[in-house]
Amino acid sequence: MNVIVEREKGLLQLEQRIADLRKHSADQPVDLSNEITALEEKYAEIQREIFGSMSPWQRVNMARHPKRPIGSDYIAALDQFDELHGDRHFRDDVAVIAGFAKLKGRRVLVVAQEKGRDFKDKVRRNFGSASPEGYRKVTRLVKLAGHLGLPVVTFVDTSGADPGIGSEERAQSEAIATALATFADVPVPVVATVIGEGGSGGALALALADHVIMLQHSVYSVASPEGAAAILWGDASKADEAAARLRLTSDDLREFGIIDEVIAEPIGGAHRDAQGTIASVMTAVDTAIETLKRSTVHALLDRRYAKFRRIGTL
Amino acid sequence: MPEWLRIRRGEIPSGEDAAQWTKCPKCGEMLYRPELAASLYVCKNCGLYFRMHAFDRVNMLIDSDFVEIGGDLVTPDPLGWVDKTSYPQKLDRDREKSSLSEGIVCGFGAIGGFPVALGVMDFNFRGGTMGTVVGERIALLFEQARARKVPCIICTASGGARMEEGMLALMQMAKTTLAARRFMNDGHFYLSVLTDPTTGGVSASFAFQADVIVAEAKANIGFAGKRVIEQTIRQKLPDNFQTAEFLLEKGAIDMVVKRPDLRATLIRLLDYAVGDPAPRPGRNGKAAAVKRESHEEAPA
Repeated sequence: MNVIVEREKGLLQLEQRIADLRKHSADQPVDLSNEITALEEKYAEIQREIFGSMSPWQRVNMARHPKRPIGSDYIAALDQFDELHGDRHFRDDVAVIAGFAKLKGRRVLVVAQEKGRDFKDKVRRNFGSASPEGYRKVTRLVKLAGHLGLPVVTFVDTSGADPGIGSEERAQSEAIATALATFADVPVPVVATVIGEGGSGGALALALADHVIMLQHSVYSVASPEGAAAILWGDASKADEAAARLRLTSDDLREFGIIDEVIAEPIGGAHRDAQGTIASVMTAVDTAIETLKRSTVHALLDRRYAKFRRIGTL
Repeated sequence: MPEWLRIRRGEIPSGEDAAQWTKCPKCGEMLYRPELAASLYVCKNCGLYFRMHAFDRVNMLIDSDFVEIGGDLVTPDPLGWVDKTSYPQKLDRDREKSSLSEGIVCGFGAIGGFPVALGVMDFNFRGGTMGTVVGERIALLFEQARARKVPCIICTASGGARMEEGMLALMQMAKTTLAARRFMNDGHFYLSVLTDPTTGGVSASFAFQADVIVAEAKANIGFAGKRVIEQTIRQKLPDNFQTAEFLLEKGAIDMVVKRPDLRATLIRLLDYAVGDPAPRPGRNGKAAAVKRESHEEAPA
């Protein structure tokens, strides 16, 4: 159960009532404007109450909201996109979508973790949890971007890397480690945006970047709140408590200097204005690339090194 | 230097009353501690590999002085973490239990005459998890190894990133990766020794980025913990799953090495990688010094 979806229900009903009244007042000679205004005030009040200050656990639920824009929505908003497939060894892991793209006219290489929209699609995409082949596809294409001098744009949204038997047999650790090493080396600007869930190492594998952006209500965490609760108290249902302790919100991470930029979401979350949210992300990504492109390769790599080197330095 | 560390390093003899016997957790055999140390912490009865103390492993491998770096770094509590107890309390308990200041010992010495940078993780300290101090020590090790132009060897033993330091811990995966790459891109040799257990954020970063990866026999190595996988797939995993031998068969590592052969194997690999077979003097040109008792009794 998603706590945001639950809390949203009343609001959506109210929204419907206001719309109905408006329609009604347009058809009928009765003046309903007072009723409408009253309802709108009530609506705004509930909205403030629900979304004014969200708890970390509510943020986690917002990040997992079924209507939240996902990787494919961002890809659909690009000027142009041509998908490139496969790791050249085993298969094409569709938990990751990657390819050539144009972002505001600029040639880039885009990599997005993709949770899928409807149930069938989610299953096919393993709910956005990439297998080693997914990370190897990323490694291959990030190297290609370096080869061609294309900036790399990543969209992070995963609860974590796939923990299955096959993934272990095909060396998930090595796949993530090598993806990280590739991002460390690639001589082009890399801009990562956490758009939903940033689940541990499986997310970081796409976020060793020169500029790391987070959507306001996305989360980025060392462990899932459920996993942390299971480890700490042997009880995954205490996920809300764990979420508060993990300091996984965009505010926390900005404060720690782990991320560089937070993009505000419309009240009620990114899905209340998906196109507007996606447009602000694209603008921020474009601006970051523009700035980073002014550096020489040497300065870019030095800056990337220094950026992560200082995290946790005492 | 704190007293416990001097005891650890054999500078002060530890109390006579220290329990000399321990029980093998696998077969229950009673083992005489000095004998267990002499057998490199392998049970003489069932062959179980005990998880080694970081300084015991340093002594097993290094045949010169060992100059520790980053030993004075103090673990912060950036999140003000509290669960059943506070993070500082957990750290105190583990310092007491392990006689270590953190989950890794890093420093410089020589193996078979080859000057090396050596890092050894210890599972007894917070499950060998990587927090900011572990990440910082590893970054320092790579940076100083690069400056000294010596190969780097890291023996891993870790449950992954340290939850109590949150995202600052996860970011150590990025930091160690960048340090490892900068070291390797300069043409230096990095050798990873995976010991029991190596999982999570450590296996998914510097542990699997080495030029050559060897694993100690029977070690558990993987990305996700065995329990996590069993819960996900709701079935029991075969016994050999995620063992060093399993990874060798799957092509994920270069070789599996028995503990008594580890030092000789590393020397051969250093010889191939660095090329100069002639024994070199220790870094300071001094004779070997500061040995722990356990190592004195261990076979060379």
